[in-house]
Amino acid sequence: MSDRLSVFKTYKLYVGGKFPRSESGRVYEVTDAKGKWLANAPQSSRKDARDAVVAARKAFGGWAGATAYNRGQVLYRVAEMLEGRREQFVREVSDAEGLGKSKAAAVVDAAVDRWVWYAGWTDKIAQVVGGGNPVAGPYFNLSSPEPTGVVAILAPQESSFLGLVSVLAPVIATGNTAIVIASEKSPLPALSLGEVLATSDVPGGVVNVLSGRTAEIAAPLAAHQDVNAIDLAGADDVLAKELEIAAADNLKRVLRPQPVDDWAATPGIDRMTAFLETKTVWHPTGSLGASGSSY
Amino acid sequence: MPTTAPHALADVTASGSTLRRFLHGLPGVDAVGLEARAASLGTRSIKTTAKAYAIDLAISMVDLTTLEGADTPGKVRALGAKAVHPDPTDRTTPATAAVCVYPDMVATAKEAVAGSTVKVASVATAFPAGRAALSVKLADVREAVAAGADEIDMVIDRGAFLAGNYLKVYDEITAVKEACGASARLKVIFETGELSTYDNIRRASWLGMLAGADFIKTSTGKVAVNATPANTLLMLEAVRDFRAQTGVQVGVKPAGGIRTSKDAIKFLVLVNETAGEDWLDNHWFRFGASSLLNDLLMQRQKLATGRYSGPDYVTVD
Repeated sequence: MSDRLSVFKTYKLYVGGKFPRSESGRVYEVTDAKGKWLANAPQSSRKDARDAVVAARKAFGGWAGATAYNRGQVLYRVAEMLEGRREQFVREVSDAEGLGKSKAAAVVDAAVDRWVWYAGWTDKIAQVVGGGNPVAGPYFNLSSPEPTGVVAILAPQESSFLGLVSVLAPVIATGNTAIVIASEKSPLPALSLGEVLATSDVPGGVVNVLSGRTAEIAAPLAAHQDVNAIDLAGADDVLAKELEIAAADNLKRVLRPQPVDDWAATPGIDRMTAFLETKTVWHPTGSLGASGSSY
Repeated sequence: MPTTAPHALADVTASGSTLRRFLHGLPGVDAVGLEARAASLGTRSIKTTAKAYAIDLAISMVDLTTLEGADTPGKVRALGAKAVHPDPTDRTTPATAAVCVYPDMVATAKEAVAGSTVKVASVATAFPAGRAALSVKLADVREAVAAGADEIDMVIDRGAFLAGNYLKVYDEITAVKEACGASARLKVIFETGELSTYDNIRRASWLGMLAGADFIKTSTGKVAVNATPANTLLMLEAVRDFRAQTGVQVGVKPAGGIRTSKDAIKFLVLVNETAGEDWLDNHWFRFGASSLLNDLLMQRQKLATGRYSGPDYVTVD
């Protein structure tokens, strides 16, 4: 069977639960850490970004409205699917980051564990950051965290898979929908993650993966009036500043790039709370009328 | 506009058989060719200043419509306010052509758009099914006109049309036209989704125009298939040919299913390339739509600011 034709994989974007090519028709060459050609990845344009926002907005109501328990199950399902594709991700991460087999395997395992970790948080975060507030009056005063909305994420440039999972999972665990711009240099693990999400139970549009030039795609997203927040993890200082200015124009929530030495370390809940809004309601408990009845 | 057929074609409406002979004598429609032409005209790239012009033109052509059982006077007033100033944050936005409501809401709508260029259109004749006695349909029309409707959107009797009883449909349209009087313009809805074939749509178009329609309109928006580029192209060809033969210009209104600016601009290309520039005016071409307007406004904001807009920046209808 040595004369078998090789079957190359066409990497595509993941938008609204479908796998389109870039609207622009462009692709760019992706190489491994040593410069050897791996594949052509779609080079997204601002119109792909716009389409992704439409998809993410459409998916937001259903995803934010799903019970936390259900979201946890769905995220756990993603981990299950990832486990089944372990070999593929080990190969892709090894190519992308120039790691040996065993190191790459450790990275992929850490990423799967990260999904599971965040899957567990979906129905616990409300107890940690919300709760009943003591007030001086006959009221229940309750604070609960609510998702911010559509979040644009610039995935970390260096850690193409574990870094990606570490910024994506917290955003969707709390009920936001996401548009992820994959690492510019090594987008393949992110594009393959799209295939995993499509075969998990994640509704189409909850996660949208774009590849291409980070600066080109991020600019229209930062200025977009219908994107509620942006995570600048994958932006360098100059780009981050530009995007923050553009985002300030429409009052987006901005998460500035945080220096991360070791993506494998336990992340804490900061990335989840960054894209949560606190809703507080007052509910009367005391006597309401002359009869003295309560409730 | 005379209520009788223009004299160049006067003899074809003399009896049921001459009418049938004429309508069946119209050339058959090449369905594949029609769809291919509509699709190819839809590939035109309209950008920058041309796009800005097209968007403003499309906004001025919208018949902003609410035809729900749950319509309240408040909703109709809100719709009227939106028709007059589609984007309150930008007063350079043109007003829409009309608001389209049920007959009992005409008076409310009239009040809401008073003092503006926006007209009030009312569906009548037992919309959307059209299954009522002629006397009921005419009473429906008269009440709407009496309440101040500037335009009447009638539905044809599709049952009679499909049964081949063209004269009955013709007589009904002429009767409604008469009930509209001199003041109200008549739009005739064919419900193209229920006519099954392109040949039928062509026949219905000619039948409507012979009977004195001021506008021919694709559909009610209440069935599965509404306005498509192909059936609108076919109707645009009909109005073009009708004017060439009789000198009478008739308007076209696609309705239902047009939701994005991109779609609307495709229709404008069809108008320009088929009927010609004379129809690029809201006196002769309309969009029956409700959600289309918001998309046009978002696109307009995008062109003005360079930033993509979102549904938070237009009204929720």
